[in-house]
Amino acid sequence: MSEPAILVEALSKRFGDLAALDGIDLQVEEGTIFGLLGPNGAGKTTAVRVLATILAPDGGRAEVLGRDVVREPAAVRRRIGLAGQYAAVDPNLTGRENLRMVGVLGQLPRAAIAPRAAELLERFSLSDAADRPLRTYSGGMRRRLDIAASLVPKPPVLFLDEPTTGLDLTSRNELWDMIRELVDEGTTVLLTTQYLEEADQLAERVAVIDGGLVIANDTPERLKADLGDTVVEMDFADEALAGRALALLEGDGLGSVEHEHRTVRVSSNRGAHVLVDVLRRFDGDGVEPDTLSVREPSLDDVFMALTGHKAVSDEIDEGEAR
Amino acid sequence: MSAETVATRTQVALDRHIPMGVARDTVAIVQRNLIAYRRVPQLLVFSTIQPVIFVVMFRYVFGGAIQASLPPSVPYVDYLMPGIFLQTVVFGAIATAIGLATDVKSGLMERFHALPMARSAVLSGRTLADTVRNVFVVALMMTVGFLVGWRIHTDVLGLLAGAGLVLLFGFSMSWIFATVGLAVGDPETAQAASFPVLAPLVFASSAFVPVETMPTWLQGFAAHQPVSVTASAVRALTLGGPAAADVLASIAWSIGLIAVFGTIAVRLYRRAV
Ligand SMILES: Nc1ncnc2c1ncn2[C@@H]1O[C@H](COP(=O)(O)OP(=O)(O)O)[C@@H](O)[C@H]1O
Ligand SMILES: [Mg+2]
Repeated sequence: MSEPAILVEALSKRFGDLAALDGIDLQVEEGTIFGLLGPNGAGKTTAVRVLATILAPDGGRAEVLGRDVVREPAAVRRRIGLAGQYAAVDPNLTGRENLRMVGVLGQLPRAAIAPRAAELLERFSLSDAADRPLRTYSGGMRRRLDIAASLVPKPPVLFLDEPTTGLDLTSRNELWDMIRELVDEGTTVLLTTQYLEEADQLAERVAVIDGGLVIANDTPERLKADLGDTVVEMDFADEALAGRALALLEGDGLGSVEHEHRTVRVSSNRGAHVLVDVLRRFDGDGVEPDTLSVREPSLDDVFMALTGHKAVSDEIDEGEAR
Repeated sequence: MSAETVATRTQVALDRHIPMGVARDTVAIVQRNLIAYRRVPQLLVFSTIQPVIFVVMFRYVFGGAIQASLPPSVPYVDYLMPGIFLQTVVFGAIATAIGLATDVKSGLMERFHALPMARSAVLSGRTLADTVRNVFVVALMMTVGFLVGWRIHTDVLGLLAGAGLVLLFGFSMSWIFATVGLAVGDPETAQAASFPVLAPLVFASSAFVPVETMPTWLQGFAAHQPVSVTASAVRALTLGGPAAADVLASIAWSIGLIAVFGTIAVRLYRRAV
């Protein structure tokens, strides 16, 4: 097997008394998408900043394509692209001017810059807006331009810090497709996210981090199967009916069943199949819930299972906006 | 030979190469900052309206009173204008603080840190762009001065040398305010933090009134601080009289400030993300 594109060993970073990274190990194979999954404050951005040579680590080591981030930062910078958590673009420049600036600063040969900018604007559906100042762009357009900017120097390794946070569903799906295309072309992507679904959709491998520690490192399928359950929750007209439902659902095969007043909850690691089974058992017995909801395993469930505490993922996020 | 091998070889070659792009990177940052002045003219208006108001106020409102403390051969407007030029570049340097703080806050600084660019370009590109802006603003204020009766008693060389001193001094102010901007990392705070730094520099100086009219406890500071020294130098160059001592003192102040605050600003930049 070839040397990993990203190698992280016992990496630590402290801010005063706080261990933002408390000794993490990661390996990302070349040409794959690696997901770093964790709630706010887990240490995702800190990890990306260390890998992108922005922050110096306090301990351990990190290499990108065999180059040490501390000893050879210039070499690392020539091999990476970074799209940070907040769209880092100049609002007074047009889309094209932003990309050209990054082309110059990314040390592209002069003649290559304009064609590269045009190509990326086209690819990210920004050609029409290319010559408008960024102040006039929507949030989704800015985010796309930010990612386009990180791609100008054709970096073989790309870091995306929460690339879809704040995007609507359409923009998110478009961005997912673009990320997949990049990887098809051979780029290695490390992306951070707070959403299990996103990691599941994109990544070949996922590390779950919490409090600066990697608490799981696996394929998304295994993580979900081991840790997250699909939950079917039903409310019934009265407790008697809920009791009858419970009787029908209990017994082997279905997963764990809980009952509380008029509510019955079935948890199973068999994904959506569990819903079909539940309805099949009710069929013919006249047991019908008033309401029914299906909840896919979430990051919270993964955290519950892994750490026994809930993921504290309040969206408001102070110091980080800097 | 596959495309991949070529790419790898290019990269290896680049790794050995010392980036020759310092000038190219700096020019790119200067351009980007100047575009902002063109697209957001409020930034320029902010730094010109105020000095124009000061010209009108001091020339026509306070000028008569202040004239009494000047030699009769020096009309107050000729004394005032060098002070106005300095006020303009000192206040204008707030834009350096605000601009850098904005880049820190927006995350653009983070992008710059992760690019294989010259580390010095972000700061020098900012301070040089603000110097280019000063060229325009000082030229504009000279025009305003001529319109209200300002006259050169020496020659065009004296005028150009005086303008050079003002621009050099403005450049040193940009480094002070670069430090302020990086230290606070937030544009609103940068603006608020800048005023207490520049108010004593501009007002406790000989920019608008002779130092001899001030209380004795203030005169020591007011006579030797860099705004006064530079104002005296520019006056000597435009009114005539011995200029060398003040010119040298002004240059020394500017270079000293650039050295000290340039060092601090570069340190702050390294860890300002
Ligand atoms: N520059 C900093 N100074 C002090 N503390 C910081 C700094 N950056 C991050 N932290 C803290 O480190 C922890 C990890 O932060 P971060 O890596 O941003 O998490 P995430 O990106 O997963 O939300 C948080 O508790 C955060 O408050
Ligand atoms: Mg983060």
